[in-house]
Amino acid sequence: MRVGIIGIGMTAFRPSTPEYSWKELMFEAASRAYADADVDPRTQVDSFITCAEDYYEGFGIFDEFTPDQLGGALRRVCTVTGDGLQGLANAFMQIQTGLIEVAVVEAHSKASDLITLEGIVEHALDPIWNKPLGAHPFVVAGLEADAFLRGTKTSPKALAAVVAKNRRNGLRNPLAAYGADVDPEHVLRSEERFAPLRALDIANPADGCVVLVLASEAAAKRLHANPVWVRGIGWATDSPGLETRDWVQATYAELAARMAYRLAKVRRPTSEIHFAEVDDRFSYKELQHLEAIGLAKRGEAGRKASKGEHDLAGPLPVNASGGSLGCGNVFEATGLHRAAEVALQLRGDAGTHQLDGVRVGVAQSWRFVPSSTGAVAVLGVGR
Amino acid sequence: MSERITKWPGVELSAADLSEGKVTQTRFRPNAKYAWSAGEAMSRFLAELQDGRLIARTCHSCKRTLFPPRMFCEECFRPTDTWTYIQDTGTIETFSVSYLDTDAKRIPDPILVGVISLDGASPKMGMMHYFGEMTKEEIRIGMRVKAVWKPWEERRGSVLDIKYFAPLPEGKK
Amino acid sequence: MKTVGVIGAGMTLFRRRLQETGKEMCFEATKMALDSAGLTRADVDMVVNGTAPDAFDGVHMKGEYLADGCGGYRKPYTRVFTGGGTGVFSTIAGWWHVASGLADVVLVVNEEKMSSCQPHPQSVFAHIWDPILDRPLKPNLVWIFAMEMNRYMHVHGVKKEDIARVAVKNKRNAVGHPCAQLADPNITVDDVLASEVMAWPVQRLDISPPSDGASAVVLASEDFIRRRKIKDRAWISGVGWCIDSTMWTDRDLYFPEYVARAAKQAYKMAKISDPRRQIDFAEPYDPFDYKELHHLEGLLLARKGEAPILTREGVTERDGDLPVCPSGGLMGVGNPIAATMGQKIGELFWQLTNQAGKRQIPQEVHTGVAQAWGDLMQYGSVVVMSS
Repeated sequence: MRVGIIGIGMTAFRPSTPEYSWKELMFEAASRAYADADVDPRTQVDSFITCAEDYYEGFGIFDEFTPDQLGGALRRVCTVTGDGLQGLANAFMQIQTGLIEVAVVEAHSKASDLITLEGIVEHALDPIWNKPLGAHPFVVAGLEADAFLRGTKTSPKALAAVVAKNRRNGLRNPLAAYGADVDPEHVLRSEERFAPLRALDIANPADGCVVLVLASEAAAKRLHANPVWVRGIGWATDSPGLETRDWVQATYAELAARMAYRLAKVRRPTSEIHFAEVDDRFSYKELQHLEAIGLAKRGEAGRKASKGEHDLAGPLPVNASGGSLGCGNVFEATGLHRAAEVALQLRGDAGTHQLDGVRVGVAQSWRFVPSSTGAVAVLGVGR
Repeated sequence: MSERITKWPGVELSAADLSEGKVTQTRFRPNAKYAWSAGEAMSRFLAELQDGRLIARTCHSCKRTLFPPRMFCEECFRPTDTWTYIQDTGTIETFSVSYLDTDAKRIPDPILVGVISLDGASPKMGMMHYFGEMTKEEIRIGMRVKAVWKPWEERRGSVLDIKYFAPLPEGKK
Repeated sequence: MKTVGVIGAGMTLFRRRLQETGKEMCFEATKMALDSAGLTRADVDMVVNGTAPDAFDGVHMKGEYLADGCGGYRKPYTRVFTGGGTGVFSTIAGWWHVASGLADVVLVVNEEKMSSCQPHPQSVFAHIWDPILDRPLKPNLVWIFAMEMNRYMHVHGVKKEDIARVAVKNKRNAVGHPCAQLADPNITVDDVLASEVMAWPVQRLDISPPSDGASAVVLASEDFIRRRKIKDRAWISGVGWCIDSTMWTDRDLYFPEYVARAAKQAYKMAKISDPRRQIDFAEPYDPFDYKELHHLEGLLLARKGEAPILTREGVTERDGDLPVCPSGGLMGVGNPIAATMGQKIGELFWQLTNQAGKRQIPQEVHTGVAQAWGDLMQYGSVVVMSS
């Protein structure tokens, strides 16, 4: 059974949204998604999935506060404590069972409500092995960036090229919070933070909400939708321990891609996939993830980025949306945002950053520091 | 299971094992602070509380007067329509006589707390609050109550601008 | 839709404090579940974790932290969280992993380490409330249950003695449970009624206190079960889940409509038209004694207001016409929130495969229902299983 995305709703991503509560932010994105899909959530949606973590939200049980603004009161609603793409995977499975015909996936960030973001991220570290060290949690990203650059012989200049590309792409995306005309020199001169990472290598937090409506092929037909098909989806977790995981390669992304490609029957990703939206919340992650999901050979992603091959006009556009560096870090909504961007491109609705003639795209996510979990979705249009 | 499995894992500890340091513990206090944006509905609600009034939102589709106010109707899934004041009187829907504080510590003088459905809002709609000027013997479900407000200068735009709900004598508004 | 069976279950002891870390508890429960199914981690395609507030264990993103303990290392692994509803909900998530055809074997591992939270796990519950409407009043979690219990008693004229009977039954049933924290063969209704008043009408013995513990079940597709000739299996024949509005002060708390809706979904799927006749036993969620009654009515196994009468008449005893919480439930075995899957899904599996030992229901049972409840008195998750 095929499963398709039939509705896309997003708010603008902004550094802060003091005018809205998280509920009102979700209501806006949900309303847009339902209008886009032309469905009434009270009668035509069978299941709702929210992707959220309690500590990001500041609640003991955030699930309590999700149904009303999605149209889910007295309906099937649940929280997947994961990235939005994991939520998409669960909606995909629900529909595959045949029990659910139309499912909604929501993820958001209200990071501006969080006064102590670093304290929260630190709280995810292992209580016995890592917390007592008392380091800033982004040290984990610095260590991994160092391992990646050494292990793949990638130049720090390649990271600067990624940042410049994504910030500039963000200028063409009206939803992006951090679009800017940044050049690589700019990045390399920015303040050193978690060496080798510099200030501009790190995506800034943003608020925003993304809602997707999914449907079975039969329901999509009944609703006269023109779906973007979820051809394949995969997700995986490497070791949660910092001491026992792979630091050079993103194993979680490799495993997730393998599963997604198997379901999508993608054998040669470099020729079958036309563009990608991958997690770039630290610049090196874009390169590491491209290699993990088979869109560049090991050690090649940086060289390709430096040569402009991932630009809007390049052979493999990467993060045409601006990615997280351009749009902002929206935490658990990051992967769902990328799936939404891929779907908009495939529908030809990406506006000023529309790519020409794309028919298959991939969205990839990671659950941020210090996790080793990620997901991959292959989306396509036509047969 | 009971037949096939003979060993059930788990090593029980007593409170003393911890307090006397017989087992190793690591300690951590997360630095977790938040400042939630109240949003459109709650911002107006809080501002009105400071003025000693309770405000609701109406939905023209289901004809309900929604309290606490919200910018969207969860029943109809559409934006709500107009602001409307409701009364600060109501009926006790349910209550508890609590000898526990927030940290589950015992307190000698019980807190009277419950849910009040408010006059002017749709049936059953209301809020949680404390009760005062009544004893634990007097409080009952169905009792009519009225908000007792803090003096104007002590109000901060919080549900605590209402001190508690007190009995509303028969026939009084 | 693939047919899904439960083929193994495991759980740790439930205790106020266990020495094991959260990861270690998960490992123990997982290992036991796999051993009882005769499988190893290599047979497992995907893993689902269920665990309640992160603040208990004291780790942000605790699903990530627990991943290796749950057997999730380098596998597709997801955590789901619907408050207390997670106790049964994670199995529903595991069900759709298999029923979709994406996985043949799925591990579902639930955990709660409440003793890590100092000074008392209760302080976590201060953060479950709306920050504007509720938190300024400094509410205690027991308050809302007291309010719900009071409303239920008021509407149906239920006496406290009839509610206390549930605590007595479940604590006595738990005597046969090797993991039980709160078993008591000699407890009486008078003991419950004489226990300390916490938040009237809730008294100390009306509540199941915090625990540490983990539980795990193994789910597999019918094809896998037949191929591997697995004998001890119970089929998941219906699932349902439902959440009510966040605005809990706008609802009449006397009846859990969200449980009724979840139950109707599950019964429809399981082709059950007359639950009272077609269901042989039930494991409703009983963190408080009145919740068993409330939930029996929500599950449509008793008419509104009838559950206390059935209890008084002995219908819900282990040897009654409709045994309820033969495991000992949360009241008897303990309440490590999500890990109560052990008394709900685990018990259904053990009863339906005739492995419940001293707790085995004397008459033959073919169909059971498990239910959990969570969030702000708003979540119902229901699973029907059949032999």
